[in-house]
Parts: sequence; C-alpha cells; structure tokens
Amino acid sequence: MAPQRSSSTSGSVKTGMTMTEKILAKAAEKSQVVPGDNIWVNVDVLMTHDVCGPGAFGIFKREFGENAKVWDSEKIVVIPDHYIFTTDKRANRNVDIMREHCREQNIKYFYDITDLGDFRANPDYKGVCHVALAQEGHCRPGEVLLGTDSHTCTAGAFGQFATGIGNTDAGFVLGTGKILLKVPPTMRFILDGEMPSYLQAKDLILQIIGEISVAGATYKTMEFSGTTIESLTMEERMTLCNMVVEAGGKNGVIPPDATTFNYVENRTSVPFQPVYSDGNASFVADYRFDVSKLEPVVAKPHSPDNRALARECKDVKIDRVYIGSCTGGKTEDFMAAAKLFHAAGKQVKVPTFLVPATQKVWMDVYALPVPGAGGKTCAQIFEEAGCDTPTSPSCGACLGGPADTYARLNEPQVCVSTTNRNFPGRMGHKEGQIYLASPYTAAASALTGHVTDPREFLQ
Amino acid sequence: MAASSLRSVNPTLSRTTLASPTISPPFQSPFLRFPPTSTASFNLKPLVTTRSSPSFVTRSSAAAASPQERKTFHGLCYVVGDNIDTDQIIPAEFLTLVPSNPDEYSKLGSHALTGLPASYENRFVEPGETKTRYSIVIGGENFGCGSSREHAPVCLGAAGAKAVVAQSYARIFFRNAVATGEVYPLDAEVRVCEECRTGDVATVELREGGESVLVNHTTGKEYRLKAIGDAGPVIDAGGIFAYARKAGMIPSAAA
Repeated sequence: MAPQRSSSTSGSVKTGMTMTEKILAKAAEKSQVVPGDNIWVNVDVLMTHDVCGPGAFGIFKREFGENAKVWDSEKIVVIPDHYIFTTDKRANRNVDIMREHCREQNIKYFYDITDLGDFRANPDYKGVCHVALAQEGHCRPGEVLLGTDSHTCTAGAFGQFATGIGNTDAGFVLGTGKILLKVPPTMRFILDGEMPSYLQAKDLILQIIGEISVAGATYKTMEFSGTTIESLTMEERMTLCNMVVEAGGKNGVIPPDATTFNYVENRTSVPFQPVYSDGNASFVADYRFDVSKLEPVVAKPHSPDNRALARECKDVKIDRVYIGSCTGGKTEDFMAAAKLFHAAGKQVKVPTFLVPATQKVWMDVYALPVPGAGGKTCAQIFEEAGCDTPTSPSCGACLGGPADTYARLNEPQVCVSTTNRNFPGRMGHKEGQIYLASPYTAAASALTGHVTDPREFLQ
Repeated sequence: MAASSLRSVNPTLSRTTLASPTISPPFQSPFLRFPPTSTASFNLKPLVTTRSSPSFVTRSSAAAASPQERKTFHGLCYVVGDNIDTDQIIPAEFLTLVPSNPDEYSKLGSHALTGLPASYENRFVEPGETKTRYSIVIGGENFGCGSSREHAPVCLGAAGAKAVVAQSYARIFFRNAVATGEVYPLDAEVRVCEECRTGDVATVELREGGESVLVNHTTGKEYRLKAIGDAGPVIDAGGIFAYARKAGMIPSAAA
C-alpha cells in the first residue's frame, strides 16, 4: 500500500491546493489534503432518482434498520426523471417507492409526479435531475454534492465537488451524511480565445475527450479555466462538466465567478463560500487550447472519444436526430437549435425528436422568443421546421429505457444526438449508430439528412 | 475474510455469525457516532463490539465465513475486450429491477452482459438461465466505464461471477464492486484479455500481503495480479458498511 501522507504531520508548512483539494479538505474538516489521501467527507447534498433511489433506500434500511432516519431530511433531493412516461409497471412502481420513502423520512425536496398522462398537471415534477438541481438552487460553490448518477459531475460547473456514486455508497450517506473519498489529483485544461459563433461547449468537451481518451482522466479532477470558460454561460459550463465522466474523470470543476454567483443567488439564499486553486497548487497535467481554432466535432460510434470533424462526416447518412438530455436538452441547447433552424429556413429531412430536460425548459421552449427570430419562440420555429412536437421532460431515450420510451432506438438506425454516450446499445438497439454532437450540429444534420457541420447554415 | 483481519487487530475478539441465512430483526438505529478526528488513512481502529451480523447476506459476507473460499476462485473464464461499459454489462431497460430486493437481485443476474454485441458468440448467461457457468470475467482496459449504476457489479455477482480480472477499471465501477463486495475487482499487469479465451479453466488466488495470481490451467500460464491497494481494507472488511463499522464510524447492526 502506498505510504499515506497525513496532513497532521506536515506541520506548519502549507502546500498549495487545487480547488478540489480545498473543497474536500474543508468537507473533511482538515486544513490540508494531498492527492491520494483517503478521507471521510461531509456531504452537503445527496441526490437520487427513480432508478437508483429504491436500491439506495433499500440498503439504507437494511444496514441502519427499518426505523432508521436519514441524516438530514433537507439535504436529500429526490428527483424522478429516468423512466417516467412509460407503462412499464416496475418503472412506475419505483416512483411510488420513492414517494413512500420521502413521506416516511419527511424529505423536503421530492419532485414528485403522479399524473403520467400530463406532466404539466404535476406542479412539483421537474425532470432531468442534473438540470433540476441547478435550476432549483441546489448547486452552490464550495460544496460537496453526490448523486446516484454518473452525470452528477455536471454540478462541478458551479465550483463545487460533485460526483456520481452507487446505491451502496448512497445508502451509507443517507444514514451518516459522510462518504469515504480518495482525494483526486487535478488535470488542468486552460481554454483561451474567443468562442466561434458556430462552436458550443459540447464541441469543447468532445474535443478534449478525443484528446485524452475515455480513460484519460480516470480517478482525476478535470479543472477548466481560461478566458473562454469565463465567457461561457452556466448552462454551457454544465454541458462541459457533464461529460467529464466520459473521460473517466472523478469530477469536473470550474472556478466560480460573477456568472456563477448571479445564477446561484437568483435561485437560493443558502450562503456559500467559493474556493479557488492556489497559485502554487500542483496539477498532474496541463492542457491548453486555442478555442478560436477549433471546429465542430462529433463522436462517432461507438465511443465518446471517437472524435471526428463534423465536416469530415458529411457523407454519413442519418435516420434521425435527438435533441435532449442533461447534456444537450437545456434551454440554451434548444435556443441554439432553433436559431440554426431559423437561419436556414428549411425543413428537416429526418425525424427530429425534442426532449426538454425539465418542465422549466419545456416552458422556455414555448414561451421565450429566440433572439433574432422576430419574436418567434423555439416551439414555433421547431414546428415550422417540421420537428416532432417537444415531448414530456425526462431523461427519455438518452439511455434507451423501457421499450415504450419516446424516441428510443428500436432499430439499427443512425442517430445524431446531443446526449452523452454512444456505446453499443446505449439508446436501445445494439446495432444503433450514435453520433454525439452539439445542438448546432444536430440541427444542421437534421436539415440535410447527413452529419453536417453547422457552418453550412450559420455563417 | 473478515475473520483473519480481525485476528490481526485484536486476538481476543471472535467473529460470530456472518453467514446467517435469515434476516435479522430490525433494530432501532441509535445515534450514529462520528469520531472527532476522521481517519485520514485506512488504519483500522479496534472493533467496538463483538456482535455483528449483517441483516442481508452479501456475497462477500458469505465468503468471509470460509477463509478458503475467499482465497481461491476456480472456474471458467469469460473474456471481453476494452471499454466494456455499463450498458453492455446491464442494459438500461433492466434498471427497473431494484438490487436490494432479493427476487429482483436474481433477475438482474439473468441479464448480466446481455448488452454485449452479437460478435460475442458465447453468452455469459444462457437464455432462460439466471446463473452463469463462468466464474471469472477477464477484461481489458477501462472495464465498467459509463454509468454509476451499481446494477453493473451486482448483476455479475448475482449471476455467479466471483472475480473480474481486468487491465484497468473505470472508477465508479471499481468503487461499486468494492462497496458491494459483489465481485472482486482485480488488476492484471498484462493484457490477459488477449491471452485467455472464453472457456479456459482458471484459478484466481488471493494471497496474504496483496500478491495475487491468475492461473490459466488451459494455457498453463500464470499472471501476477496487482495489489489492490487502498481498496484492500474495504474489500477485506466486506464492503463499505462493514469497513465503517470496523473503523467505529457507525455502530454494528446488533448494538
């Protein structure tokens, strides 16, 4: 076993720490930690959903007792989102199971849904957990957020430590409010330069994953900074951090700034303390990108690191387009797609499925005017372009799901998708071919029926 | 497994029921204790009670009752390639099965590795069966990448696999395997996925001091497996709950 360097022996000499090291040190009530330290960390927020929640609570009860109470009923957020709009009885039952647990434990934040026929009839229902966490003000700089979902790393966009855990770990946290974590070393990604008008955060992260591979960041933190990062909106930052797990990363993190504080303070009054990497912190890797030189990219089947320039895939004929998920189903993602459709003024050539991540996103799609479109909303533009009607918000077909899931890939078709993974069978059919792309690229591809660089319509 | 590490910590303590097949009666969860200074490393604190019986028999706790069983796994190998992600290990449509429900736990086993493409001629679990004939899964790089779904190591364990020997792991899968104790995640130093074939007869031997080996009886080759490292104490304890009980973080079940 590697020798442990415990902080208590380092005396008064303080080593510079990265953001992640600082957040974890504070959560472990230590003044100093170094990568490799195994520490017990206090958890600020634990999130779970309909797929893993029943299992997590099952383990909690098994280990702590049938009458055990959770460590803090206000620090647990239960968000049904994965298999909601389906007739699958077990899926429906799992939402009911979560309702029972939440009632019994007096869980403050349970975004429940009871009327599956009309999502709008459910005032509490939100939709995709990672987007809901942000929209409901549960993401705050400096905190530790865990979730029973790999894309929990999305919240790192808020300058916090956020990572995915399994049911057993979650069951443990439910009872104790603590988790055993190994402090990860940090890889730094500095992105500078003006973001081209046709490029989005999805292109940035696909670029990076293509660079370092699906295991390039395993057990490590991916810290993103630079002038480009500073220019990104919160939703774009979320897209960036969302796919950290696709590079094997433990967590992603972006230094919080005015953009962050503005977003957070509009959604929560819980105080927070932002942290930043020290000037003399150690990083295990340094990558620099001149973003102004980057081009739209896709991840070809069947791996998120199978990167290719979108323009080099223009001969790939596609069967459908999917715009949705925590990665690419937020308000700005739909705004971007609508903007491209409007600029093109054409109709889509393939079925184009739109799955807003949350109720709020769905409402924005129908209510917000798209800049430069003469007052038209996304929904209007989508309709004019011949897209499918935006559907009920949930994770949808990003991960296939029960057989009757809307937009599930049930045949070996080619799909351009704004989602996060394209391993065999990801969206349903094992021989389905998924090209991961930005909303711009997805919209452009819908218009031509082939994988298409958005510059065809955006310049 | 817990028995031998117990003896090394406190020779006067004896472990009682670990392989109890019955569900223990529910207990009132007392105040959960948190030590004032958290353990900064994996140094095990002395056990605080002698009575400890998990209410559900996990595979690891069952194995702990018999040190011999812990130390060696014999069986057939099932060989897969690189980047076997969680969707291939357990397709998402089966995630409605709740692993902590014993009936659904078995069902999960029947779906283990059914997400693998058709190019895999041998199925890990035959259609209609719930158990596999293969005890050892041999993988390449980045085994278990993708989702955090615990159903992944659980379905392998439920199907009857005992160990995974891969070149490298995705972290959440590794962590879940350790936390649940469902399968032993072992690290090979070479590309065993290219040197072994599905159906090879093999033995995985876990030795004291962290040196373990994979012996492929069909080819006659032996492979050293990397020491588990920091996760060792958690695996040896039988998962994160058992480990935390040993460390005095939470009370034992029968307190």
